[in-house]
Amino acid sequence: MPSSQQSRPSLDAPEQPINSPTLSVAGWSRWIWRQITSMRTALLLLLMLAVAAVPGSVFPQRSADPNGVTQYFDNNPQLAPVLDAIQLFDVYTSAWFSAIYILLFISLIGCVVPRTLVHAKALRSAPPAAPRLFSRMPASLKVKTTKAQSAKVAEQAQVLLKKQGYRVVRTGDAVSAERGYLRETGNLVFHLSLIGVLLAVGIGGGQSYSGQRVLVEGETFVNNLAGFDSFAPGTFFKEEQLVPFSVTLDKFEVDFDFVNQTNIGTPLDFRASVSALIPQSAQNSTLAKKTGVIRVNEPLAMPGSNIYLTGNGYAPEITIRDKKGNITYSGATAFLPQSAKYTSLGVIKVPDVEKQFGIISFFYPTVAELDTGALTSLYPAPIDPLLTMNVYVGDLGLDGGSPKNVYALDTSAMTQVAGGKSGVKGLRLQLGETVKLPGDLGTVTFDSLKRFASLDVSYNPGGFWVLVFALMALGGVTLSLLVPRRRVWVRKTETGFEVAALARGDDPILEKVVAEVAEALSGKTTKTTKSESK
Amino acid sequence: MTSIALNPELASISRLIIQGSMLFYSAAFLSFVFHLSRLASTKKSLRQAATKLERAGIVLLAIAAVIHGSGVVLRGIAASRVPWANMYEFSITGSFIVVVIFLIALFIKDIRLIATFVSGFTLLILGSADVVFWVNVKSLMPALQSYWLVIHVLVAVLATAFFNIAAALSIAYIFKTAKWVENSKLKFVALLKRILGLFPSIEKLESLAYRFNIIGFILWSFTLIAGAIWAERAWHRYWGWDTKEVWTFIIWTIYAGYLHANATRGWSGKRSAWLAIIGFVAILFNFTVVNLFFKGLHVYSGLK
Repeated sequence: MPSSQQSRPSLDAPEQPINSPTLSVAGWSRWIWRQITSMRTALLLLLMLAVAAVPGSVFPQRSADPNGVTQYFDNNPQLAPVLDAIQLFDVYTSAWFSAIYILLFISLIGCVVPRTLVHAKALRSAPPAAPRLFSRMPASLKVKTTKAQSAKVAEQAQVLLKKQGYRVVRTGDAVSAERGYLRETGNLVFHLSLIGVLLAVGIGGGQSYSGQRVLVEGETFVNNLAGFDSFAPGTFFKEEQLVPFSVTLDKFEVDFDFVNQTNIGTPLDFRASVSALIPQSAQNSTLAKKTGVIRVNEPLAMPGSNIYLTGNGYAPEITIRDKKGNITYSGATAFLPQSAKYTSLGVIKVPDVEKQFGIISFFYPTVAELDTGALTSLYPAPIDPLLTMNVYVGDLGLDGGSPKNVYALDTSAMTQVAGGKSGVKGLRLQLGETVKLPGDLGTVTFDSLKRFASLDVSYNPGGFWVLVFALMALGGVTLSLLVPRRRVWVRKTETGFEVAALARGDDPILEKVVAEVAEALSGKTTKTTKSESK
Repeated sequence: MTSIALNPELASISRLIIQGSMLFYSAAFLSFVFHLSRLASTKKSLRQAATKLERAGIVLLAIAAVIHGSGVVLRGIAASRVPWANMYEFSITGSFIVVVIFLIALFIKDIRLIATFVSGFTLLILGSADVVFWVNVKSLMPALQSYWLVIHVLVAVLATAFFNIAAALSIAYIFKTAKWVENSKLKFVALLKRILGLFPSIEKLESLAYRFNIIGFILWSFTLIAGAIWAERAWHRYWGWDTKEVWTFIIWTIYAGYLHANATRGWSGKRSAWLAIIGFVAILFNFTVVNLFFKGLHVYSGLK
């Protein structure tokens, strides 16, 4: 708590030697409590928290970058398990990071609660009486006036300071005034709001969920656990939370810059046009229809959640027929973009045939051949689209029952029959083309081109409260840093009157205040300020 | 169909103008350096002549700022949006704001003596912006197309500017209180000592730095909150410990520590000055190393 120098008693009182070597349990706990709630501890914990947060930006984190963690394990098989054991891939939920911030919050509570009580009392009590020696105060001034003037000075000072927003008490010839209670109020609001932020993050996070789904144009998904490709629930999430609405991706549009030389191919806008059917209640089976456009910064509000657009790409529609002409594979397959120009990678698995086979395929929206013979994409929109395919024959590994990544083909138990070093050229298909697969695998057709959108259905009830508390904290800290808290005294003297002021914390204009008060009371300019600030 | 009109020719003109402003910054910087060395001279006549140099330096600085500012505005017009969407633009806008705040602060407080630092630092930032960070005008990626770009980034720039000036004051404080400066008998250090003797008292330096830092802290807190609101819109969560979020948090925590240090016995003064400097180093780290080398969602350097 930065605002006041006097507030943490254990620090500002001289440090006393511990006289009794045998402290009682109560004595020890009091000692520990005082250590924990001391300003110095709070400061050290803050600095420790800053340092402890650093590794989370150096090592990939499971929460933000799970693929990065997998990669790290692949690249550093020796080191990774060691780092994992000390939770360096989960820094922000790790025992040590949690320990620091929990201690910090205990320290904060231990400091704020007593200070709130003290402040509540201060808010109700009168400003303290004038000190005996005004010259001892950080800013003070003596003014000579006529007898008649000085007789009225206390009364005038009372009116003047009250008008300026001070709390004023007059005792005989002296006036005590104090202002700036908002400084400490702001300080307390700030710290209490931080507790609010922490609770809102914790409780809100527990009830939150987010589900991801890749949806090709024309496809529909239902908001239930089976409807998602991946799903991340909070600790207290219950399946009943999901309102079973359905969402169809009617159209996905992208605008790429085709005009500005320096900007060719940069995406200008992504638009996912969706229509949703929303059940009106659990008993009632009537559905309400809702349509909308989801953009990157514009999620669609749905009952109990928002739908966000998090990614997009191409989904070529491909049909594979066996040598007799029977369709063995058909559909739009999402290809994952690999570059800004949307060179995309997709995997096709054909399990239900005599001889299982798989295809690793690249898609180039606007194809061009490099000098090396390798293909690349020049522009992200489909001006001259081309699919290339490498074909593998062998066990797809789908029969074991274990879930397999649909975007990857494990070729370790397969033989390559087209592309690479197989001796057969990889296949190339333009839109609408049909080509023969190697051997007697049949044919493949590139029927049409669709797009897909990666959607994220998220719900976090804590967000609103985090924001409320964060804004309160911001307001509080602003008040506590900018509102000056000061006391002003005025007293009649033999030859005139004197003024003194004392600030709590930083107050750049203390001397000016004293001079102004003196001026207003005497009706003339004064200049003999004593300027010793500390 | 969304379309946008960029003007690369105007961007080149803006670049030229900003390079031109660097000439004036150099001249201002040299004036301030000569001014300081003359002030520190043992000859009285030289010391008296120095004030003119300082006045010339401030005039040059003001001219540089006007040219610099017009370059920034042209950059915005060339890109048809706010000029702070990549590292080049952030650098030119940020350093412009530092100079403007410094010039305004000159009217309120006598902080002329850090003019050398401010002009030198601006020169350094503009130089590296031009050499390392330059990119031609580009449109905003869809994730950046939000009014939060205007608010969040502008306030972050402002906060950085305040922290920057405070760091300059803290550096002066550290030198002024350094024992090795006090005890050294080297001639060069003697000169430094005389220059430091011209600076405001250490109490004054400390309280000035504090005032710049509290404004910086309030603005930084706002930056953090605004960033979280925007992240909730664009990335479907208000906080996800993205590398940039981590460093924003670290910087906030360091400055929170600084504020506590100022009210802790044994920690005000030198230690808190060090904290302010560490805080600013973290800001520079966040802007350079984190932007360029760390993996994260805030990828907007525009460099390849």
